[in-house]
Amino acid sequence: MSTWQSLKRGMALTPGLAKGLSVAVILALIATLGRVAVPVVVQLVLDDGADDVSQAAGYAAAAAVAIVATLVAAYAMSVQLVKVAEGSLAKLRAMAFRRIHDLSMRHQQEQQRGSLVSRVTGDVDTVSQFLQNNGVFLLISVAQLVLATIAMAWYSPVLTLLVLAAFAPLIWILPRILRPLAASSLEVRKETGDMLGAVSEAVIGGPVVRSYGVTEQVGATIDKTVRKVQQSQIRTQRLGVFAFSAGELAAGVAMVAIVVAGVLLGVGGKLTLGEFTAFLFLVTLFVAPVQLATEVLNEAQNAAAGYRRVLEIMDMEPDVVDPGETGQDLPPGPVRAEFADVSFEYVSGRPVLTDVTVNVAAGSRVAIVGQTGSGKTTFAKLLTRLMDPSAGRITLSAVPLEQIRFNSLRKSVVMVPQDGFLFDATILENVRFGRLDASNEDIELAFEVLGLADWLSGLPAGLYTEVGERGESLSAGERQLVAIVRAYLADPALLVLDEATSAVDPATEQRLARALDTLTHGRTTVTIAHRLSTAEQADEVLVFEAGALVQRGHHLELVAEEGSIYANLHASWRASAHAV
Amino acid sequence: MGRAIADEPRIFSLAVAGSVLFSLVTVGTAYAFGAITEHVVQPALKRDEVDVAALVSAGLVVLAISILKIIGILGRRLAGGVMAFRQFARYRRRVANKLVRLPAQGRPTGDLLSVANSDVEAAWFIIMPLPFAVGTVAMVVVAIVALFVTDWALALFGLALFPLIFFMNMLYSSVLTPRTRTAQKLRGEVSAVAHESFDGALIVKALGRGEHESVRFETKVNQLRDAQVSVGRIRGLFNPAMDALPALATVAALFVGVVRLQSGAVTIADLVTVAYLLTAVAFPLRSFGWVLGELPRSIAGWERIRGVLDASEGPAPGTTPLANNGQPIRVDVKDLVLSYDGQQPVLRDVNVAIPAGKTIALVGATGSGKTTLVQSLINLLKPQRGEIQLDNVPLGDIEPASLSERVAWVGQSTFLFDDTVAQNITLYGSFSEDEIWRALELAHAAEFVQALPDGLNTRLGERGVSLSGGQRQRLALARALVRRPALLLLDDATSAVDPKVERAILKGLRSGVSETTVVLVAYRRASISLADEVAYLEEGRILAQGSHDELLATVPGYAAVVTAYETNMAEAPS
Repeated sequence: MSTWQSLKRGMALTPGLAKGLSVAVILALIATLGRVAVPVVVQLVLDDGADDVSQAAGYAAAAAVAIVATLVAAYAMSVQLVKVAEGSLAKLRAMAFRRIHDLSMRHQQEQQRGSLVSRVTGDVDTVSQFLQNNGVFLLISVAQLVLATIAMAWYSPVLTLLVLAAFAPLIWILPRILRPLAASSLEVRKETGDMLGAVSEAVIGGPVVRSYGVTEQVGATIDKTVRKVQQSQIRTQRLGVFAFSAGELAAGVAMVAIVVAGVLLGVGGKLTLGEFTAFLFLVTLFVAPVQLATEVLNEAQNAAAGYRRVLEIMDMEPDVVDPGETGQDLPPGPVRAEFADVSFEYVSGRPVLTDVTVNVAAGSRVAIVGQTGSGKTTFAKLLTRLMDPSAGRITLSAVPLEQIRFNSLRKSVVMVPQDGFLFDATILENVRFGRLDASNEDIELAFEVLGLADWLSGLPAGLYTEVGERGESLSAGERQLVAIVRAYLADPALLVLDEATSAVDPATEQRLARALDTLTHGRTTVTIAHRLSTAEQADEVLVFEAGALVQRGHHLELVAEEGSIYANLHASWRASAHAV
Repeated sequence: MGRAIADEPRIFSLAVAGSVLFSLVTVGTAYAFGAITEHVVQPALKRDEVDVAALVSAGLVVLAISILKIIGILGRRLAGGVMAFRQFARYRRRVANKLVRLPAQGRPTGDLLSVANSDVEAAWFIIMPLPFAVGTVAMVVVAIVALFVTDWALALFGLALFPLIFFMNMLYSSVLTPRTRTAQKLRGEVSAVAHESFDGALIVKALGRGEHESVRFETKVNQLRDAQVSVGRIRGLFNPAMDALPALATVAALFVGVVRLQSGAVTIADLVTVAYLLTAVAFPLRSFGWVLGELPRSIAGWERIRGVLDASEGPAPGTTPLANNGQPIRVDVKDLVLSYDGQQPVLRDVNVAIPAGKTIALVGATGSGKTTLVQSLINLLKPQRGEIQLDNVPLGDIEPASLSERVAWVGQSTFLFDDTVAQNITLYGSFSEDEIWRALELAHAAEFVQALPDGLNTRLGERGVSLSGGQRQRLALARALVRRPALLLLDDATSAVDPKVERAILKGLRSGVSETTVVLVAYRRASISLADEVAYLEEGRILAQGSHDELLATVPGYAAVVTAYETNMAEAPS
């Protein structure tokens, strides 16, 4: 997408921005009138008012009024611009944020998390900062350039042409400085990123760095990145200064032209003293825009790039869509799930699941086992419609999954992910995420029913204990406990559990087992099992391998099938469990 | 500031010289225009004929002035920039150097990163406009003197205008700074909400809470918008006001000038000079505002830098080399007391003897002090009391290089560098490819490394994101194993590895190529059972040490911890 195209797309998305900007442009023109007022009044006073005090007073008063009007208009313009810009950008942020959440897991998994965050933060910030810092200057500069030229032409077209000629080479020179300048500042940003990456590795990996005695080497690596940043900063600065000086040089040449040609014209009676002096003032109005252009254009490119990255998100069509009005609600009661020839492949075409056909009876407990990458998790994500299958059909209680309204679906079908992600808030708030209207009493009761009341009371502030970033003040097992209470409050008819793999301390293990038992009671439960006991106690075990469902049946039946995948899994399982 | 000037005296002088030159030329320009008006333009217009020599010299004067001005700008800006960028680099290097050598200081990574990045810039950015501000002082002094020489009445305008602009600037900074700070803070909060929300995308989706999250995000976004608008308002008022002030002064001076002209006190040329001067001097005066506005940020940044640089590094590293005799290391821990906060001890009088070549498992509930003990064994933590000896040499006396050569540690959370697999394993050490593969095989990582697109030369993403937890742990293990350590510390280092694989790895270690003393922290019973001996910890004390069977029979707490796995905690391959 070109800069222009992204601008057009952006304007279409945020209509307020375009309208507000046009008002700002008009105000900008008025705002620069005051700048031209000084040269004009200099001319008038020198030519007509020098001998007449009252006339001079009139001119001065008129100019003062123009200057004050300018002040007011400039203020109005700035406020208007900022209000419109910030308002639209806030909307854009919110839209992009929502869109990211609406994208399916399939899309989300393909993006780096940090890059998603920057779409709604840093990328939008570049646009906002450009408008705040440079946008106002840009508008005023352009308007100033136009008005100064008009005023000059009014006094003397010939001299105006000379001035323009003095600045003309800049049209050729500036792009030749600006292009490497833009590249160079991009370099600075990239190298700053590398530097921060290197420093952050040294900090996060501190224990490894020290215990392996590679402090010097890691320090040298950081040094190298620091030096690179310094070098490209200096290079960028140098280019910027050259561009700046080029403007100053052009102004110098223009002034020489004014002095020489002005006198020659004046002798011919074509220029008065006042007009001559006004020209000297007007030329200074040319310099600032040229010098600002170097910074502004640079920032403009950043802003356009930031804008483009946000728009990319808006251009991604959500592939898992809420049927909304036209959809159906799930019938009440336990849910039955059916997969008919379901396949899934990633956008890259890599197949993950092929031709899976299976029924999960209402109210049954099903365990899914298989190696990493066998398709277990994909199965769970399809079942909960976090992604849609590439082929085949999934129904819940005979209703096609894609026709179930999200409202009904998310209420009845809940997945408890493996990592037990928690928000940086209290336990209370995290649990309430499962049911927003749950009262404190409901929540306390949930802990009690799940046998976790003693654990909760052992925490420093009970329900009001802060769990820290990603829940990291709690142990992995404790995070799971909170996730279970959260799911219990949501009270789904179909529960999809992804058991944690990492070992947690024994006391928590026991609590987890008990709480899970209560949670799954009376619900259709599909568990991605990492524990032998889960599989043993399930009504049915589904065994996946390489994206296919290879075995199904009760644990005892499957174990009896000698040499089968499950029998082998089970044997190694037992070996590790009872090794002592 | 003084420090920066002391660090780069020559460059600073150059920048100031450039700035003073620029300032003088700016004032000079006004007088040159006055002179040209009086001696060249007015006579020419009056007599209606051109004095070619005068005209040419006028042109040359103007040209010379602008060349001098450009030289001034180049000097000031280039030197100022170089100075600031060198300061950035100098302090980044110092901060990074410190961070590499010093434990995390109990501060979040993001915080330390911002010291190396934005705080360094905040502290030294002020260097850039500083020479400009110094030069401007010269300009104001010269301009006021020059104005008085021209005409006292007109000079009053300069006398009134310059301080007024100066104070407006100070006012501007003091009004704007808290607002920009609020906006900056909110920007951080918006980012935090987005980060967290996308981090928890799965749970948000699984519970259908997209709307709820949107509302949460929008609330913050709207707060940010309001803060930005408030910043914009202040800027929108002050910037035009700062433009209007000199313009109004110029217009007023013109009027007064005409009055003075009538009384013959000034000439037309003087009028041109004064008008030009008032306009030209106003802009550089704003550089004061930049310097003053930056000052609080600069000081805050500098204080945060000092906070990192001044942190104590503890006792000097030891100098006794640990003999490299190819034999496993014997470990003796005597009366070890360690506390993080200086009050609540995490280790209380720990005594353990680990015979050379044995494998010992540390077992205990969460918070019993296992990790603390392991980390003290490699000097990552310094005990308050007691002593650790490796082969009878006190740990504090051992030369760090020889320690890391012979002792390898693999922690609970794996850290991989954003680099190739090979570099992550060798970590700047020189090992042959064969040695690397042997270590990978021992860590049961060879198979998946072979399957990577570029094998050993595959670049891992930031913090190894492209690998599963178990794979990352196995690479970290290979990193330790390739060194053939005489003492290997495994702190729950295989927790995310498939239990079957974990067992195979540990078995492999025992029959491994070199004789090694192993200290391992583990939860899984299968792993514990591979140890020669078990040390059972409870609340920072070693309660019992002996074989697994002994402890099982005699220590009820141990039995409770270990048998908890047996009933329904057996794990399946994932």
